Amino acid sequence: MAVPKWLKRLVLSDALDKQLDRIEKPVGTMGYDPWGFNVDTNKVAIAAFSAVYHKYFRVEARGIDRIPTDGPVLIVANHSGQLPIDGMLIAYALATRNHSPRVPRAMIERFFPTVPYLGNLLNEMGGVLGDPVNCAKMLSRDEAVIVFPEGVRGSGKLYRDRYQLQRFGNGFMHLAMKYNAPIIPVGVVGCEETIPAIANIKPLARMLGVPYVPIALPVIFPAKVILNFGEPLQFRGGDLSEEEITARVESVKTSISQLIDKGLSERKGVF
Amino acid sequence: MSTPTSIKGQSDILVTGAAGALAQQVITRLRNRYRVIAVDFREEVYLSDDVPSYRLDLNKRGFEDLFKRYDIKGIIHLGRMISSEENRMRRYASNVIGSERLFKMAHKYGVEKTLVLSTYHVYGANAYNPALLDETSPLKAAGLTMDLVDSVELENLAQIFLWRYPDMNMTILRPCNIVGPGVKNAISQLLSSHYAPVLAGFSPMMQFMHIDDMADAIVLAFQGNKPGIYNVASNDWIAFQKALELCGCTRVPFPSVPPSLPKFLARVAKIRGFNSYLLNYFKYPVIIDGTHFQEEFGFRPHYELREIFRYYRTMKV
Repeated sequence: MAVPKWLKRLVLSDALDKQLDRIEKPVGTMGYDPWGFNVDTNKVAIAAFSAVYHKYFRVEARGIDRIPTDGPVLIVANHSGQLPIDGMLIAYALATRNHSPRVPRAMIERFFPTVPYLGNLLNEMGGVLGDPVNCAKMLSRDEAVIVFPEGVRGSGKLYRDRYQLQRFGNGFMHLAMKYNAPIIPVGVVGCEETIPAIANIKPLARMLGVPYVPIALPVIFPAKVILNFGEPLQFRGGDLSEEEITARVESVKTSISQLIDKGLSERKGVF
Repeated sequence: MSTPTSIKGQSDILVTGAAGALAQQVITRLRNRYRVIAVDFREEVYLSDDVPSYRLDLNKRGFEDLFKRYDIKGIIHLGRMISSEENRMRRYASNVIGSERLFKMAHKYGVEKTLVLSTYHVYGANAYNPALLDETSPLKAAGLTMDLVDSVELENLAQIFLWRYPDMNMTILRPCNIVGPGVKNAISQLLSSHYAPVLAGFSPMMQFMHIDDMADAIVLAFQGNKPGIYNVASNDWIAFQKALELCGCTRVPFPSVPPSLPKFLARVAKIRGFNSYLLNYFKYPVIIDGTHFQEEFGFRPHYELREIFRYYRTMKV
């Protein structure tokens, strides 16, 4: 399901094509990696997403250069907005930054691979099934990985709970310590307002085998989005108890919370 | 059964599945170094004057006579009935019961090297599979379909002999999709066809290994004699539907939801290679990590994916 050549020619400018070609990507002879990432689809997605990023959400990315130019890194952010728009915006910001752009990989919810077309499309764009084994393998290959430790607890939360961080899983901290990967905390502001949900139809979600079915207007609002990237946090490995790991996770959560507060104070209005 | 003259200084090795293209490639590579005894349950194949060939069922009593007649020091067990052949019970009898008998005889007659060809199918195609499954990953195939139970059972059996009888030096290979000239497995049949069915909206990542490279891998593993379990795959990957496109196949989408619908259609249509119990493999990826084998044996496949697919494309012209 790779993109047709005519679509690539239509949406991808030569300048962007050359810029993206400069990014080193560990793919095989056919342009795919083991997780389904495809060079051409990724390029087309970035090109097509340009207007969404700049014109629709008018994203401001602050501190993007704090992400290291190479080596394994975990980009840890708050999750919101029912759809993985926040992950795509972070990925776009990093892939198009002026200095040493990188193509990050976003860990996606486990139900996406079961959805026809969408599952493959997300994989080809750079999304990866949210599994610790996948994350570990990618860090071992020096990839930049976007992680949302709240998981569906964050993306599926209701509008009344906006900007309230949900429980973080500890898995990302174990991996960061094992692979000596710095953690870049990110505070995402604006995605909470893109698809405000007032309720979740849990029985229907169970029946469909999806994590949530929100009651929301069938529209994605053009909220202004601010991405605040924090200073790298480095956690050395060691024989720590789970309680000590949780304390480290809480410190990351606090950093993200501060970055969210910063973004909220900086924005002049929802739109 | 005629017994050819033993060649001095060469030890005898038994290769099962001799009627298959892969076994014949392996025999070609080994016949100058060993006296190869070829066996197949399907037919007696003529390979050359110096390769004694027998049509024998592993479950028949006469099979043991081979061990009495020859001083067999090594076994390369490639004679596995693949999942598109025969019915479930026949496959179980041949692949599991027959292999058990073969391994017991190997132990009884002091065979020093045993290599078993398994398949990546044993990992099972599951939506939640991580990529680059290594050899310690759980074998989930039996939980998905009863039609792959024999593949998993054969593996379990080989592993029991691997740990219980170290003197047998058991090596188990789990290759990705083996394709190329003469290969008649399900995926090769699909790549060969002009019209290939696909599940709408699903194009899982896949790995392919040319039959020549796989024969090289088997020979390396047999001669290297480092007992254990190894995935065999290259470091190259492609989406299934893209592979079909490069092979010159016209893709025919089958509805993919609800999951029972394509299974029903596959059963009714009886398309070669598109077996109902293999549908999950055309839906979800099973990407294996072949680095352990590559590092242990210094294995590097020669054929790139483009060359592999060119063969299928040109054969359609």
